[in-house]
Amino acid sequence: MAEKPEFAISIANLSKLYFIGENRAKQDGIRHVIEKAVRAPFAWLRSRRQKKSEGVEFWALKGISAQIRPGEVVGIIGRNGAGKSTLLKILSRITIPTEGRVSINGRVASLLEVGTGFHPELTGRENVFLNGAILGMPRSEILRKFNEIVEFSEIGKFLDTPVKHYSSGMYVRLAFAVAAHLDPDILICDEVLAVGDAAFQKKCLAKIKGFAESGKTVLFVSHNPETVRSLCPRSIWLKDGHIEKDGATEEVLDGYLDSVARGVSFSWENPDYGLTIHKVILRNADGEETRRFYPGEDLVVDVFYEAKKRIERPIVAIGVIGISGSCFTSNMLLDGNSPECFEGVGKVSCTFKSIPLLPQSYTVKLNIRASTVTDMIVPYGEVGSFNVIGDLAEYGYTGDYLQYAARSTPVVVPYEWSLPDGRTVSVALNRIQTPSPQ
Amino acid sequence: MAELVIESGRIERQYWRDLWRYRELFFFFTWRDLLVRYKQTVVGVSWSLIRPLLTMLVLTIVFGKLGKMPAGKVPYPLLVFCGMLPWQFFAAAISECGSSLVTNSNMISKVYFPRLVITVSSVMTTLVDFLISAVFLIALMIYFHYPPHSTVLVLPFYILLMVAISFGVGLWIAALMVQYRDFRFIVPFVVQFGLYISPVGFQTSVIPERYRLLYSLNPMVGIIDGFRWCILGPETIVYWPGLAIAIAEVVVFVASGIWYFRRTERVFADVI
Repeated sequence: MAEKPEFAISIANLSKLYFIGENRAKQDGIRHVIEKAVRAPFAWLRSRRQKKSEGVEFWALKGISAQIRPGEVVGIIGRNGAGKSTLLKILSRITIPTEGRVSINGRVASLLEVGTGFHPELTGRENVFLNGAILGMPRSEILRKFNEIVEFSEIGKFLDTPVKHYSSGMYVRLAFAVAAHLDPDILICDEVLAVGDAAFQKKCLAKIKGFAESGKTVLFVSHNPETVRSLCPRSIWLKDGHIEKDGATEEVLDGYLDSVARGVSFSWENPDYGLTIHKVILRNADGEETRRFYPGEDLVVDVFYEAKKRIERPIVAIGVIGISGSCFTSNMLLDGNSPECFEGVGKVSCTFKSIPLLPQSYTVKLNIRASTVTDMIVPYGEVGSFNVIGDLAEYGYTGDYLQYAARSTPVVVPYEWSLPDGRTVSVALNRIQTPSPQ
Repeated sequence: MAELVIESGRIERQYWRDLWRYRELFFFFTWRDLLVRYKQTVVGVSWSLIRPLLTMLVLTIVFGKLGKMPAGKVPYPLLVFCGMLPWQFFAAAISECGSSLVTNSNMISKVYFPRLVITVSSVMTTLVDFLISAVFLIALMIYFHYPPHSTVLVLPFYILLMVAISFGVGLWIAALMVQYRDFRFIVPFVVQFGLYISPVGFQTSVIPERYRLLYSLNPMVGIIDGFRWCILGPETIVYWPGLAIAIAEVVVFVASGIWYFRRTERVFADVI
């Protein structure tokens, strides 16, 4: 490594076009090709020349440009179908771009999936060699690193068992272990960490982190904003095939999380009762409309309605739902606080005090019943969503596995440990440090 | 390390260098296929002997005993086996090579390596079976007290032709099957059919002289004849026009096969 190249990856005006359409299968069938050739040879020849003219065009990527310097760790975020996978596939040379070009300086290892090419009938040992070879490791290198790989994978005595008898965790551990020892200059990583148990995931993340710290270039694709935050100083947000934002991770994630939470604004009309819900907004304690809350903040849900007919004793319920189910609700059916009536234009609000929620994504659901209880004026359904963000370290959390808060049970009521050594420790989602400026 | 450029239609330039870089993968895939082949079977590797043995018996009975085809001084089973050796290789190679890309589609859509490696490896795997059968042929010759003739020295040339034609045809099928799964049905049909229209169970000499040239359009005719000539000696004669046609077809199939494969390879991951 005498001189360091100016960039590790340079992407210039990259586009990828796919053809999709319901009759694609038919077009590709050999019968169709023969049929067309026989029926109208000239038309067929012409269509061969400009063949891709049929079918629906779909630009999976359109005009992507980016420069990644050696040693940078870049997160790539975006919703499903935003073009993340296509970009990685082009960078890993699995597919070619329709337009544009990419220059890469250095040896690339891409992990679009762990265990690519693992054969279930082969033993762990055999698969290490096979997988290593597929990933481009010479046999001598695999031999040299073999013990390290086995140790990292924690497979131990199952090394000579066919991998079809492995648990999925063991399988992934072994597969990642091989990939982790590739020792490339540029690592391209896609959702690899979505599998395996927590302890091993931590190990993998540490490996990638170590990799980044040793000055290698990393491209990291993840659905988990917190992982990207902890790993990548820079992020690229892909949206519908173009780069929506490229910059410091904090800034990019802010925009991304906002857009994920925004969704479609809710409105509802029930002609039978003459009730229209114009909108539902979420506010914080300062009264600002937002989609981002910190743990322990107040969450205000405003429901704006217009009742063309008078509705007696409507029963309103609002629920907050996390990834694993309902977190908490406010429900007039139980607390008995139904208003006298809805009439004309009005607003009903509910403030959830100091929401005890971990940094995750949540949705808000609304339900309005008539006084008969069984009649739904607004059926229980999603009316909005928000993200709880923040670094748990600022809340006094010191565990080694903080990144798994993203998948933990979301509701945390204040609690207290009484420990055998006589100490009493309180935990609550109250910020104990001043937040870093966002 | 040199700069790698990915561009529409430009990947070509690194291709042959990559093929060299991934050379170990040829052996790894072959080794994998061999290891996996007879896992969870009771008699294991014996299958690569049982299959040709039974086929030989059936063909000997059908063509030799029932059909009363001529064999000269050569024991009929030996005659059949010499024909079956290249034919079975061809049949197995085009099936394996043809389906190799589709079978490994998960790899093709997830990791890069020159796709040609997969097809070459599948042919290499078949070659191992061929060698096992060849050992069996030696046993058969000892059993029939039939010493090999000096012409056997030319055999490597015919083996080369056999491997090359199988590879060429296999490449076409492999590349076509990625887009047109119809070939999954066409190949077994061709293999089944080919066994009877190729001179496996009989000698080419039973074909009337005036149809000989037409018959030789099947490249396996020249190759099977060549095998018999090499192994059984001057009991059979070389039909030169047939051999010339076979060689020409080998060249055409291999060259066009590589051309078509390379041309379609870049979209494999998109259509597989």
